[in-house]
Amino acid sequence: MSLAAEQTNNAAHEAHVRFENVQKSYDGEILVVKDLNLDIPAGEFLTMLGPSGSGKTTSLMMLAGFEPATHGEIYLGGQSINNVPPNKRGIGMVFQNYALFPHMSVAENLAFPLKVRKMGRAEIEEKVNRALAMVELPDMGGRRPAQLSGGQQQRVAVARALVFDPELILMDEPLGALDKQLREQMQYEIKHIHENLGVTVVYVTHDQAEALTMSDRIAVFEDGVIQQLSTPDDLYERPQNSFVAQFIGENNKLHGKVSKKSNGVCTVDLDGGGTVTADAINVGAAGDRTTLSLRPERVEIEPEQGSVPNILSGEIKELIYLGDHIRTRMSVAGNDEFIVKVPNNAGNIPLEEGATVRVGWMSEDCRALDPLAP
Amino acid sequence: MTDATLSAPPQVTSTTPLIAADGVPLKQKLARTTRRMKMRALFLTLPLVLFLIVSFVLPIGQMLYRSVHNPTGSNVMPNFAVQIENWDGQGLPSDDIIETFVKDMAAARKNREVGKTIGNLATRVNYEIPGSRSLFTKTARRADKITEGPYMAALIEIDKKWDNPNLWLTLQRVTKDFTISFYLAATDRKFDEAGSIVRADELYRIYLPILWKTIWLSALITALCFIIAYPVSYLLSTLPLRTSNLLMILVLLPFWTSLLVRTSAWIAMLQTEGIINNVFVYLGFIDDNQRIQMIYNMTGTVIAMVHILLPFMILPLFSVMKTIPPSYMRAARSMGASGTYSFRKVYFPQTVPGIAAGTLLVFILAIGYYITPALVGGNDGLLISNLIADHIKKTLNWSLGAALGTILLVVVLIFYWLYNKLVGVDNLKFG
Repeated sequence: MSLAAEQTNNAAHEAHVRFENVQKSYDGEILVVKDLNLDIPAGEFLTMLGPSGSGKTTSLMMLAGFEPATHGEIYLGGQSINNVPPNKRGIGMVFQNYALFPHMSVAENLAFPLKVRKMGRAEIEEKVNRALAMVELPDMGGRRPAQLSGGQQQRVAVARALVFDPELILMDEPLGALDKQLREQMQYEIKHIHENLGVTVVYVTHDQAEALTMSDRIAVFEDGVIQQLSTPDDLYERPQNSFVAQFIGENNKLHGKVSKKSNGVCTVDLDGGGTVTADAINVGAAGDRTTLSLRPERVEIEPEQGSVPNILSGEIKELIYLGDHIRTRMSVAGNDEFIVKVPNNAGNIPLEEGATVRVGWMSEDCRALDPLAP
Repeated sequence: MTDATLSAPPQVTSTTPLIAADGVPLKQKLARTTRRMKMRALFLTLPLVLFLIVSFVLPIGQMLYRSVHNPTGSNVMPNFAVQIENWDGQGLPSDDIIETFVKDMAAARKNREVGKTIGNLATRVNYEIPGSRSLFTKTARRADKITEGPYMAALIEIDKKWDNPNLWLTLQRVTKDFTISFYLAATDRKFDEAGSIVRADELYRIYLPILWKTIWLSALITALCFIIAYPVSYLLSTLPLRTSNLLMILVLLPFWTSLLVRTSAWIAMLQTEGIINNVFVYLGFIDDNQRIQMIYNMTGTVIAMVHILLPFMILPLFSVMKTIPPSYMRAARSMGASGTYSFRKVYFPQTVPGIAAGTLLVFILAIGYYITPALVGGNDGLLISNLIADHIKKTLNWSLGAALGTILLVVVLIFYWLYNKLVGVDNLKFG
């Protein structure tokens, strides 16, 4: 056995779930998933985040066994599961529309996976009651799914995926149908269930706030490729390319050309006039185009002289009062959608629409990334 | 409340009715505003209600009435009908009654009015006593020659059969306007000569066997339709839209073709010199002189009717299956259930409303089907509706036809009631 193969094997043993060079195509013309490599350690809450059509749901369906991989191997607990049918994989799953069986009561729904496993009646009843208690619906066992609210159905769906004690739970946009408040509440509940049970969760969503709230790690999908796989704070603070910067959180973009690059810092001549320095994350040599990414809350208005290296002037286009901060839309270096979040502090200078002010930021808050297609 | 038009808003308590801003009680106000909507709804449904009354309620009422009401006897012999009604049925009727009978008969012979001729009466009595027709026509020809009593003796001189108390009992029964004798005939029963209800002679028992045959053939056709339609509907509901639309057109295409054309096509296919037999002979499955009889019998009726009724099964099944998202089966599979178990416990139960609708529709259509069995049924593929049509069109025994029709209607209602008990009509889904 070669060294490389041995390492591969070891890695497959450590990771609970492992995608290895997985590709998927439905029509033989377009690859929906392109060369997916992903290790998910046991007990992790991993979110696949991306816009629709990015390949995240397809990846989940391949893991669940509902779609065969066109190429590559998927491992579960060190075993290749490419040829294992979905009912032999022992994976719990929560579906987008919950998929609660409408002709069965809540308790019958929960008992379904236990009956399949030929458990005794007493054991089934005990497990069902425990699962219902876990999702705080202890007295709902006799009801039909249609008699429950959306949030309650969601809880039942989670309980049903957990009731047979699987080690891996897949969730396919499970909160998409809930209103905002309930969604946030369920995010915390699912997170807590995950923490208490220690199961591995693979969660698919297109909602970045949801991903940031719940996940240990997030895999950002776009165009069938994982653009970045990292922890929530790392993704927000240190996006590796302009897609991630744009998709996670709010982001100001400034286009320009690299004029100098040294020691991880580059100087960029902006298309709209002015020169700034930025962390060179993902740029070519001097003379290449780049996109600067800058978080709105990292921009300072009228900074003290000498406190920040990058200072430009901008015209205030619009002020939106949001209570804790004032959202300020400005025109800076040719970008009319330049957003600055001004904290609602006592000592702030009053802002006026139409006024021209100076804006500034630190070099390390500004990241020079690949030039996004204009 | 003494003054409802107070300028100050009236105090609202739990006992006083709520008052609208202009002082009218709120309920009255609400009724007034919704009245126009109700009137419009009524107006819009009026054509349908009228149509149903004219095309449904009236004919069925007419049929029910006709199945028990047959005034031929009293029409032909009005005076005799009145007199014989009070006869005690002992021995032969008195000579007074016989005199009226003879005079009515002579008068009826001259009558040319439809429904009032001696022939009508002879036919009517013939239903009760087969073979008695000639007795009436023969006697009627000579009735006006009998001018004086004793009338009975004169009748017996014409034919000895008149010297039979049972014949006069039958006449007493026949001249009553309301009778259950057509229901007896429709269920292979009759009044015997003494007037009590007995089963018909074995040779004449035809209606009940055909009714049973109609019921079980309809059940067989329904079952075959279900077996063929279920997989087809499943395929249609799971295929991508474009393909399923194309296949759906193939399902509906025969539906849009004339019933007669389709039935004749089956004749061309199934007859002994037809396509299927030719292919079998060509392939050597059967000898040229052993061609299979597949048409003008029960086989032909079943094959053609399954084909014709299939869309009525596919459409409700398809529309129900279309609403079952694939995630249900996936969920069942993810919880460890095998494909067949998931199908049995999760998919199939959810298609029950469609199955219920489809089977009910096909069964009720099949039980009253007429054209196809008439064309391809031969003798043993005939159904009850063909007999009803025979009585309406050929034998002109409308009362018997109506009685058979009513029995068929009752059978359908019984099955509908059973269905409601088993499946629940609320659970039916036609689409």
